[in-house]
Amino acid sequence: MLRIPCPHCGERDYTEFRYGGDASKSRPPHGSTDPRAWLDHVFLFDNPKGLHVEFWQHVLGCRQWLVLQRNTATNAVGEARLARRRGPS
Amino acid sequence: MSSRYSALALALHALTGKPWPRAWRSADPKPAYDVIIIGGGGHGLAAAYYLAANHGIERVAVVERSHIGSGNVGRNTTLVRSNYLMDGNTQFFEHSLKLWEGLSHELNFNIMLSQRGQIVLAHGPAQLDVLARKGNIMRLNGIDAELLERADVMRVLPYLDYSPTSRFPIYGGLMQRRAGTVRHDAVAWGYARAADHLGVDIIEGCEVRGFLRDGDRITGIDTNRGKIAAGRTAISVAGHSSHVAAMAGLRLPVESHLLQAFVTEPVKPFVDHVISFGAELFYISQSDKGGMVFGGHIDGFNSYTQRGQFPKVESVAQCAVALIPGISRLRLLRHWAGIQDMTPDGSPFIGRTPLRNLYLNGGWCYQGFKATPAAGSCLAYTIANDTEHPLVRHLALDRFERGNGHDEYGIGNWTYRQ
Repeated sequence: MLRIPCPHCGERDYTEFRYGGDASKSRPPHGSTDPRAWLDHVFLFDNPKGLHVEFWQHVLGCRQWLVLQRNTATNAVGEARLARRRGPS
Repeated sequence: MSSRYSALALALHALTGKPWPRAWRSADPKPAYDVIIIGGGGHGLAAAYYLAANHGIERVAVVERSHIGSGNVGRNTTLVRSNYLMDGNTQFFEHSLKLWEGLSHELNFNIMLSQRGQIVLAHGPAQLDVLARKGNIMRLNGIDAELLERADVMRVLPYLDYSPTSRFPIYGGLMQRRAGTVRHDAVAWGYARAADHLGVDIIEGCEVRGFLRDGDRITGIDTNRGKIAAGRTAISVAGHSSHVAAMAGLRLPVESHLLQAFVTEPVKPFVDHVISFGAELFYISQSDKGGMVFGGHIDGFNSYTQRGQFPKVESVAQCAVALIPGISRLRLLRHWAGIQDMTPDGSPFIGRTPLRNLYLNGGWCYQGFKATPAAGSCLAYTIANDTEHPLVRHLALDRFERGNGHDEYGIGNWTYRQ
């Protein structure tokens, strides 16, 4: 079972969370009309075999969005931080 | 080298008492090939076979990191069918099913195709309307399809839950009698043996570490067994598509997810068809050994681990019992996971890439196994002619750039955003 260390609630089963995808990407600026930037943001994935930084929302707990470090080759879980403390990326 | 398999050869060999000889050579890499296929799975081996058989290209190598058939061709639930709705998919998967129907003879290897029929269930009138439309589209394309009403389903599948309290009442279904199952390992072995007989080198234990390139042209691969030059190179590595393409500097619209499959202890035959639940993504059939073989949705977050998460066992088992209450006491013998290359629109890619002489076959989502012969033959055509086969022009890698996604189900990698 994948276990996620929630900064508020402690370590919990991943089934309490909703997955939110790659957190290393940032949305193109509002009003951006460059189709390449949107293509990259919406459709292309680094999909690394190794360290992945990703969003999870603790829907059955504190309901906060987290940014988790996980190794996609082993599912080893690293640090989880609150997404709102992330600052501009 | 083994000769042609036949009933006579089997009988004569039984008298010798010797083990059967290897069915294909263990090849060492040569310095150069006309075509290198990366990935010794079903698709890669099929492509190598069709390159030699249909296009006369015999200096072909298939390089495989592990041993052939160790990936998804041996991890699926063995289903083949061609009941697709969208133009492009309908014709492509029917091409595949027609190739399946002749494959045992073509390869001289028994793939044990069992056309037991597949039934997709509808749990409401709107869903039955959609199935009727799909069935009409199939029939207009010359594919067999029969719409079943509730009474028909009760006659064909008497063991489903028809009680007034069933959570998902059964309104009817759509049946394709030519759909069925195949012995999946035999597909890898059959293509490998047939390709080997035509001179293709199958190189196992050969891991790609990079590409040789001259500007925007790929000229070969760098492996743990040295550099190998190639006129043309194709990537056909399923769940590792992003990983290998990244070595050539390409980013793909692909995320790797886990899909689990399950088999129960064997029981006497009673599930005579392939059944697809309409209320969830769930499908079940009974193997020749008697085990129930079934699967469901992807685990829901990207991973390369080839180990599924336990909560999925529970949710898939809930589907099984909701559909067939009678199997609730069966014990699971095994469950395993394969790495699925999921794309945003749920459709795959076969075609050229932005790099010259590099071709991609990937992004197969849930449908890689049933596509094996068609993917192999269309990839071979694409490599041989340096242009996409007419059946796969809608599966181009740049379709998202052109706003031209091919959305059959809306079940791509974004299940976690729905």
